[in-house]
Amino acid sequence: MNQPDGTGTPAHRPTSSLAPALPALTVIASLLGLLVLWSLAATLWPSRAFPPPQAVWQVLVQDGASGELPYHLGVTLARVAASFVVAMVLGSVIGVLLGSYRRADRFFNPWVILFLNIPALVIIVLAYIWFGLNEAAAIGAVAVNKIPNVVVTMREGARAFDPRYAEMATIYRFSPLDRLRHVILPQLQPYIAAASRSGIALIWKIVLVVELLGRSNGVGFQIYLYFQLFDVAAILAYTLAFVAVMLVIELLLVQPLERHATRWRRRPA
Amino acid sequence: MQPVGAGVPLRVDIAEKTFKSAEGVSVTALKELSFEVRQGEFACLLGPSGCGKSTTLRILLGLDRDFQGSFQMPVGGGNRTAVVFQEPTLLPWRTVEQNVRLALPKDMRGVDLDRLFKTLGLSDMRTLFPSELSLGLARRAALARAFATEPAVLFLDEPFVSLDEQTAERLRHLLLSVWSARPTTALMVTHNLREAMMLSDRIIVLSPRPAHVIGYFDVRLPRHYRNPQVMSDLLRSFHQKFPGAV
Repeated sequence: MNQPDGTGTPAHRPTSSLAPALPALTVIASLLGLLVLWSLAATLWPSRAFPPPQAVWQVLVQDGASGELPYHLGVTLARVAASFVVAMVLGSVIGVLLGSYRRADRFFNPWVILFLNIPALVIIVLAYIWFGLNEAAAIGAVAVNKIPNVVVTMREGARAFDPRYAEMATIYRFSPLDRLRHVILPQLQPYIAAASRSGIALIWKIVLVVELLGRSNGVGFQIYLYFQLFDVAAILAYTLAFVAVMLVIELLLVQPLERHATRWRRRPA
Repeated sequence: MQPVGAGVPLRVDIAEKTFKSAEGVSVTALKELSFEVRQGEFACLLGPSGCGKSTTLRILLGLDRDFQGSFQMPVGGGNRTAVVFQEPTLLPWRTVEQNVRLALPKDMRGVDLDRLFKTLGLSDMRTLFPSELSLGLARRAALARAFATEPAVLFLDEPFVSLDEQTAERLRHLLLSVWSARPTTALMVTHNLREAMMLSDRIIVLSPRPAHVIGYFDVRLPRHYRNPQVMSDLLRSFHQKFPGAV
C-alpha cells in the first residue's frame, strides 16, 4: 500500500493513441467473424428453423419500426433493473450482517444454502401461486433467486473488513452515513462489483422465464409467442436485441463506474 | 478559546487488565497503572517492548472496554480525541485532504487547512491518494488529520517507528512545530528514550509486564534548549534515576 521509497508521483498512462482502440477493434473483428460463419452455415443448410442473418435483421428493422420491439425491450429492462436493485440492496444488507455477526451467520447459514439450491423455476411458480400473476410477484421471484448469491459474496466482503479503519472512524466520530460512504462501501466495492456482474447476467435470464410463465409483455413473452409460431428469426431478433442492450449497459455504465470506484488503486506502470 | 472546566487533567487509574490467550491461559498486561497528564502537557509513556503501552492506549481510546478501573479525559475542544497510530491508517480510497476533512466534525469541514498543510509540507500532496505517498508523507498526513480536529487530547502510538532516523527526526520536529502552535494535552507511547527526551515535558516510566508506573522524569527545559550536549546530560541523569529501565 505505502512504499517507503515512493516519491509521490502518480503512475504514468500509456501515451500511444492507437493502443486504447485496439481491444475494441479486436471485439468487432471477432463478432464479424461469427456473423460470416453463421451466414455461411445458413446458406449451406437452408432451413426454416435456421434463418440467415438477413432474415433476423429484417425482423429487427420491422419490429423496431413498428415500436413493438422497443416496447417489449423496455418492459423487460425495467423488470431487470427493479429485480437487480431489490436483490442487491437486500442481499448486501443480509450479507454484511451475516459477515459481521458470527452467531447469526451460524444460525442462518443453512437457510442461505437452502435458498441457493432451490431451482429458479420452483421459486417463480410458487411466487405466482402464492401472490398471483402480478408484477410484484414476478420481480420478487427474480430477486429471491438472486439474493442468496449476493448474500454469499457480500458476507465474504464483510469478513474481509479491516478493523483498523473502523477503529479510526470510531475515534474520529464518523457519523453513520459517513461510515457507510467512506469506510464500509469502499471496502465492499470489489465484492459489489463481482455480485453485480454475475447478478445482471443471471437476472435477465430469469426475467425471461418469469415473463414466459406469467406476464403478457416483455422479451420472454414475445419469445414464447414466436416459439408457438415456430418463427426462429423473430426469436433470434429479440434475443440479439436484448444481448446488445445488456452489452451497451456493461460498456457505458458498469465499466466506467468501476473505473471511477477504483481510481485510487495504483495502476501497474 | 478556553471552555468551561479547562485545566482538568487526563487521569488514568487502571486496576487490572488481563488477556485470555487461545489456550485459556490468562496474562496480566497492566496492574495498578495510574498516572496523570496535566492540561496542555506533552507526556510520554516509556517502557520496554511488550510491556502493555499500546494496550493502555487502546483502553484510553475506548477501543478496549474489558478492563478494571477508570480514566478521565480532559474537557474542551468538543471533548474530541485524536490519534496517530503506528500505521498511518488513512482511507486509501480518499485523497489526503479528504482524509483530513472527514475526521472533522460537520461544522468544521470547511475550515481553512492551508497553514496546517504548509507547516507539515503537504501543500502539494492534498489531491494525492495515500498509495501515492511514501510512508513518511503518509505519517505526516496522519499528523495533519489529528491536529486538524483541534482535540482536547491527542494520543500517539509510536508514530515514528519503521522510518529511517533522518526522516523520523524531521517528523519529530514537524510534530513539535504543529504542537507548539496549539499546545494540546498529549500522550505518546514510545520505547525510544531519546525521542521521549526530545519531545516531552514529562516521561512516565513503566515497568516490564504487568505494567505499572516506576516513576516520572520531568524535562522542564524548553525544547529549543535541548541541544545534543544538554540531551546527553539529561540521558545521564535519567539513567541515574532509573538504572536498568528501558
